[in-house]
Amino acid sequence: MIRWLCVLLLACASTLALAQVSDPAPLRFNDRAEEQRFHALVTELRCVMCQNQSLADSNAMVAHDMRREVLAWMRQGKTDAQIQDALVARYGEFVLYKPRIEEKTWLLWFGPALLLLAGGFVVARVVRRHAGDKTIPADDQQEW
Amino acid sequence: MRWLPLAMFAALAVLLAAGVWLSRRPDRDVLPSTLIGKPAPTFSLPVLHEPGRLVSLADLKGAPFVLNVWGSWCPTCREEHPVLTRFAETKRVRVIGLDWKDDPADAQRWLEQFGNPYWMVLTDQDGGTVIDFGVAAAPETFLVDGNGIVRWKKAGAMTDATIRDELLPALVQLERGR
Repeated sequence: MIRWLCVLLLACASTLALAQVSDPAPLRFNDRAEEQRFHALVTELRCVMCQNQSLADSNAMVAHDMRREVLAWMRQGKTDAQIQDALVARYGEFVLYKPRIEEKTWLLWFGPALLLLAGGFVVARVVRRHAGDKTIPADDQQEW
Repeated sequence: MRWLPLAMFAALAVLLAAGVWLSRRPDRDVLPSTLIGKPAPTFSLPVLHEPGRLVSLADLKGAPFVLNVWGSWCPTCREEHPVLTRFAETKRVRVIGLDWKDDPADAQRWLEQFGNPYWMVLTDQDGGTVIDFGVAAAPETFLVDGNGIVRWKKAGAMTDATIRDELLPALVQLERGR
């Protein structure tokens, strides 16, 4: 009895999952390679409407259209870089999840390395200063 | 060396304050426009009230126009509608509607119900032209000059203040430049 109930529930659950696919015109891919390339591309693009979702995840109307546009551009033979450029020309750098390395983004890309270097420098200085004395520092009022 | 924690705390506090200061604008979510100063994307779109007739960007050149992206499904467009109507009634410039991904019947009913402020309404049912314009959400409004160059853009609903403080000065400036 319980087993049949489980089967029934599972069947219901799967129909619910189907009902959630709300794209009015789902994209059709010619082959597996095209689908993979498309997914690689759209997961790296940001939805401009709901700005914390990728273009791949978003269900916003404009995201449907942008996905369709991306696929159309792919079929026109544009390269990934050309497609990204086309979207950047329309919506700005913001659409790229991974900012490009250019003068404006140097601090963003290399800032963490700079911080690491600075931290390493400080640690090296502290270690060198204490390298000689093996005694416990007299200044033990410090609590940190 | 014992001042280091305090210095680090102060640096973090400055960083935090800078973050808060940089995000003070209420419209901080709006994407910067990439089209300003560049030619408007070319298009050829059917007219809502005469579906057989196509109008292209070239047909509209010669004088500046305002392009307002809207849809009957868009609640904010309804909020903006009285503002746009007041502006359009001054007949300062052509106000062209771009009906985005809409059922033409719904769009016409919407215009009949609330009044049609537009000089002409074009329809973009597959949304391609709207994406070319870099529109993220309706309503969005563009000011295009007589040579087809985008001069100004507003994402989101315009208010009377937007028109007075931004759109009209931009219009005056481009008219002076010609």
